[in-house]
Amino acid sequence: MKQYFKNTWDGIYTVLVGMRITFKHLFTPAVTIQYPEVKVKLPDRVRNRLYVNMDDCIGCDQCARACPVSCIEIETVKSVPGEDLGITSNGKKKALWVTKFDIDIAKCCYCQLCVFPCPTECIYMTDVYEFSEYDRSNFIYKFSTLDNEEVEQKKINHEKFQAEKEAQKAAVAAAKPKPEAPAQPSAN
Amino acid sequence: MYQFFYDLTGNVIISTIAVAVVPLVNILIVALIGVYLERKVSAWMQDRVGPNRTGPLGLFQTVADFVKMLQKEDATSTEIDRKLYNIAPVLVFAGTFASFAAIPFSKHLIGSEIEVGLFYILAVSSFVVAGILMAGWASNNKYSLLGSMRAAAQIISYEIPTAIVVLSMVMLTGTLSLTQISEIQTAHFWNWYIFGGPGLALSKFLLIPFMIVGFIIIFISTLAEVNRTPFDIPEAESELVAGYFTEYCGTKWAMFMLAEYGNMFAVSAIVSILFFGGYQSPFGYLGNTLGVSWLIPLEQVGWFIAKGWFFIFIQMWLRWTLPRLRVDQLMSLCWKYLIPYAIVNLVIIGIISLL
Repeated sequence: MKQYFKNTWDGIYTVLVGMRITFKHLFTPAVTIQYPEVKVKLPDRVRNRLYVNMDDCIGCDQCARACPVSCIEIETVKSVPGEDLGITSNGKKKALWVTKFDIDIAKCCYCQLCVFPCPTECIYMTDVYEFSEYDRSNFIYKFSTLDNEEVEQKKINHEKFQAEKEAQKAAVAAAKPKPEAPAQPSAN
Repeated sequence: MYQFFYDLTGNVIISTIAVAVVPLVNILIVALIGVYLERKVSAWMQDRVGPNRTGPLGLFQTVADFVKMLQKEDATSTEIDRKLYNIAPVLVFAGTFASFAAIPFSKHLIGSEIEVGLFYILAVSSFVVAGILMAGWASNNKYSLLGSMRAAAQIISYEIPTAIVVLSMVMLTGTLSLTQISEIQTAHFWNWYIFGGPGLALSKFLLIPFMIVGFIIIFISTLAEVNRTPFDIPEAESELVAGYFTEYCGTKWAMFMLAEYGNMFAVSAIVSILFFGGYQSPFGYLGNTLGVSWLIPLEQVGWFIAKGWFFIFIQMWLRWTLPRLRVDQLMSLCWKYLIPYAIVNLVIIGIISLL
């Protein structure tokens, strides 16, 4: 009988205790972060979307070689003498036209291995993490600043230069047939 | 109210429809605000924000849900008993709706001024069991059947403590009419039955503890009758999907939800009429002080709805505080605790009322 009344009391008392706790929480401010409007501050070294600063890229292909999933594709064309490609921000002289610099971000595994070999620090991870797309082809990011016509032009320029050089070389070789080969191709 | 509309229009059909529309509108509003408030209250209690995208503060969330529900295809299983399946939600809703006929929103705003209002409400609210059983059986689904069986067992068991407490209140007031019970508790809040009823005799002070016991018993048992947490085993979503309305969708499902929220308001109304003065204001009427008599009915409606919402809030509060009871715990709570306490309470209130 004593147990019976104790049970009754326990039942009512514990319900009241629970109700007090939930009532307190009624006035606690919500912990929800309203995501699209409010964003959580990311840590300093987050690895998110890759970005390439093409002003600094010298087309050295080291990032593509470092990539474990081969998501970077680079094609370059040699410049001809007289063309000024400018210099990178850390003073390196650019010598190659980067005609293609594609990153397939769908393949990217965000390992950041491409960032470290870059001699000019032009490829890096940004803090952008919202880049979903409706079409998979949109995940191939094209960073090359040259359009198709320019690329064709550069290729033709290079071939023409190459042909001229060949012709020159042939002419020189025909003019004086020396046995030793001169260390000529150092300019390019 | 019927007489009022009859005098106004002189037409039996129009006045009947007008009388019926008032509680219907009330149920719709209760469901509309109730669903929104349930989400908000649950969110606040769990330190969340709750709906806040649809309209200002998410106010139109329920409207959006309602529109979505109306647009839904009426998908039914091929193995159902189609007749019973279609009747069941109507029956459940009718049971809830019918109980509103005898609930006084103010002294005159009452569907039907019958003398046996309390008895009538107890009768029609157990009518819901038939609809629930029908829904569970006709759905031809194990979960639905289990849920409806549980619902029937639960509602019928918890009718008993409700009825006993109601009986003790009837003994004390000497009437079954809800309007008269409210009228007895007029003027100030110390005339409410939770504070021992009107008068200043010794019996008033002796009654208070037993009134509180009676209030707790009837609150728990009516909570169980409307199948809300912690007594929601008939529709326990973690074990029975949705219980007896698992197979329902669209408008028919919406009718079950309407019935649930309508019921919540109905039982809140009964508890507030029996123990908290119903439509009576706790501090006297502003209309009396100002001498504007037409203000009094408006105040009464306001107080009644406020009291109803207060108890709905407590129901939600309990829902988001307590876990669900097991079937055996549910039965032992009813048969081993509520009923003995209710009977002892009945006897003691009877003795006190003789004083």
